[in-house]
Amino acid sequence: MKSTGKLARAAFALLAGTAMAFSAGGALAQAKDNRIELQWWHAMTGALNERVNEVADGFNKGQDKYKIVAVNKGSYPETLTAAMAAFRAGKGPHIVQVFEVGTGTMMASRAAIKPVYELMAQNGYKFDPGSYISSVTGYYSTSDGKMLSYPFNSSTPVMYYNKDAFQKAGLDPNQPPKTWQEFEPMLKKLKASGSTCPFQTNWQTWVQLENFSALHNVPFATKSNGFDGFDTELKFNSPLHVRHITQLQAWMKDGLMVYGGRKNEANAKFVSGECAIHMESSAGYATFARGAKFKWGIAMLPYYSDVQGAPQNSIIGGASLWVLGKHKAEEYKGVAQFFDYLSSTENQTWWHKNTGYLPITPMSYEATKQQGFYAANPGTDTSVQQMMLKPPTNNSKGLRLGNFVQIRDVMDEELEAVWSGKKSPKEALDTAVERGNRLLRQFERDAKRS
Amino acid sequence: MEKRVVFHNRYLPYLLIAPQIAITIVFFFWPASQAVVQSVLREDAFGTSSYFVGMENFIILFEDEYYLNSFKITALFSTLVTTIGLSLSLLLAVTADRLVRGTTAYKTLLIWPYAVAPAVAGALWGFVFLPGPGIFAWLLLQAGVDWNFHLNGNQAMFVVVVAATWKQISYNFLFFLAGLQSIPKSLIEAAAIDGAGPIRRFWTIVFPLLSPTLFFLVVVNVVYAFFETFGVIHSLTRGGPAKSTEILVYKVWYDGFEAQDLGGSAAQSVILMAIVIGLTVIQFRYIERKVHY
Repeated sequence: MKSTGKLARAAFALLAGTAMAFSAGGALAQAKDNRIELQWWHAMTGALNERVNEVADGFNKGQDKYKIVAVNKGSYPETLTAAMAAFRAGKGPHIVQVFEVGTGTMMASRAAIKPVYELMAQNGYKFDPGSYISSVTGYYSTSDGKMLSYPFNSSTPVMYYNKDAFQKAGLDPNQPPKTWQEFEPMLKKLKASGSTCPFQTNWQTWVQLENFSALHNVPFATKSNGFDGFDTELKFNSPLHVRHITQLQAWMKDGLMVYGGRKNEANAKFVSGECAIHMESSAGYATFARGAKFKWGIAMLPYYSDVQGAPQNSIIGGASLWVLGKHKAEEYKGVAQFFDYLSSTENQTWWHKNTGYLPITPMSYEATKQQGFYAANPGTDTSVQQMMLKPPTNNSKGLRLGNFVQIRDVMDEELEAVWSGKKSPKEALDTAVERGNRLLRQFERDAKRS
Repeated sequence: MEKRVVFHNRYLPYLLIAPQIAITIVFFFWPASQAVVQSVLREDAFGTSSYFVGMENFIILFEDEYYLNSFKITALFSTLVTTIGLSLSLLLAVTADRLVRGTTAYKTLLIWPYAVAPAVAGALWGFVFLPGPGIFAWLLLQAGVDWNFHLNGNQAMFVVVVAATWKQISYNFLFFLAGLQSIPKSLIEAAAIDGAGPIRRFWTIVFPLLSPTLFFLVVVNVVYAFFETFGVIHSLTRGGPAKSTEILVYKVWYDGFEAQDLGGSAAQSVILMAIVIGLTVIQFRYIERKVHY
């Protein structure tokens, strides 16, 4: 009995001690930190989450007035929903990372956002749109070049290919296909050499329809892909689009192409060496660099050589940082300072090299080149070059469509109907356009009312 | 003799049911009324402005063939989950009831799936049926089936029905077993003496006496299939491919949370609410009459 009493008392003392230590630590931390907290909600997971924390840490260590608190809120849609709910409750974050398809929705919510150009001007930062790579920043700017959100992580799709598989099939590992016409004979050779998956693509809507349109300089939608107004209509059922989808469908039938899902699930099949040619965002670089146990290369997306003007330039995906309204002026000052910090050539270069996302200023591209990064990691500049192939046209500035989250899902559904043989390519694309247009009209009605 | 409880204090009975009423108001009536209000408004995503649009949200819904299709899918899905789930668990309960040895072990094993969260159940069956490495998928491929439930709508429906049913079997099993054990042995023995075989005894004595349990379980299972299977569907198919497993509740969630269309989502939940009220009325008015207590 006596010993148990002692034990209990010792345990109690220990508990009390720890509690005191904790509260003392808490008080200390509070006393030290009377900085203004700025909430930054983002959707980066895994290695990218760590990079985001490093960015926030770097800013927090460099000055003592503000403290950026980076919080992961789940997937892109979850982060956006969380920010909207919090804003309604009067507790919105200062900065929220929104994926590119949410851009239309954000732009239509003028009352809830603080445009970045306005934020920078009000806080005395010189903000020259000309010093950015226009095909990146254009996606998030008004038609007269005013930047509405800060392009944080932008990527563009590129083609990855397995050099060992090329060698095995008797193909030159340093000559990836440049055009879609060159594809078929190569895929056949790959299949003949025993490949069960000669070709696959991630993000089929983004790569095979959206970027496909930009690269061939054909409209994805009217009104400069939606940049010139909400009364835009989808155009991705043109003969060229139908031709491409018909081609892909034929390859799938012959086992030359394999459908791997809507998002980036198929990465696993490239890393494992099962698939020889794989189309994926330039930000997939880190995954392959770490996982692939074979020689691989990066090349630009192919094009149909008989289409005039192709290849034009590709468009971006990824996300940008939006500043929400209803915060204090001094807090906005901190946000502006943070964006200024992010834009520095040094930070841009670091971010580009460590994540595979695109740099947003030509200066950071040059700096990366001078540091010898591209020479040491061949192929990493493919994405930037593809973005800057030609000055962007009205068909290749980007996309600005309302309800785009749903429109992407509609396109995915209709494409899957093609792959499973339920619909012909023409029929599916026509239906997708018609269903998408209905979503656009609904968005237009809503936008007119508000 | 007066059988009813009589309260002498006029306010005491109200006080006693007050907590229940309060909970019902806060968690049921208030949200439901909010949904009704939202369903006639259109609002931007951040809630900075909202406009009264009358029945527009409902009109948009009924012009959308995918919404009408979602009704059919929900009907098919809930019928399959309820009938397959109830028949299988009744079969299991009857056999477990007749067991002589190892009853507890069987019962415990049969009850386990109930402790699994819907999303986990979904992920589990997702692995089993995953084209490529999944074991059932492999067996099906060996049998010559072109298996890929990410592309084939019927196969996707099959997978979500399997996962949703599997999860509910334990619950049904428990209730059936309890129902079976409450049937007086004397009745069954009397029938046996009169020469009725096991199957005849089951259909003429056991099954009718089990009908209150069955009725209760039908109601619970339909509600389960309508609402609680969200996790299973979300983790397995996300409503796809091409909306072939998009049940009504999934669409409510998708339109509200992914598409930020709050008005449309609220209109759907109002319709859903009407369906559930209707179903419950039918069940209690017409089916309950056929139940022997």
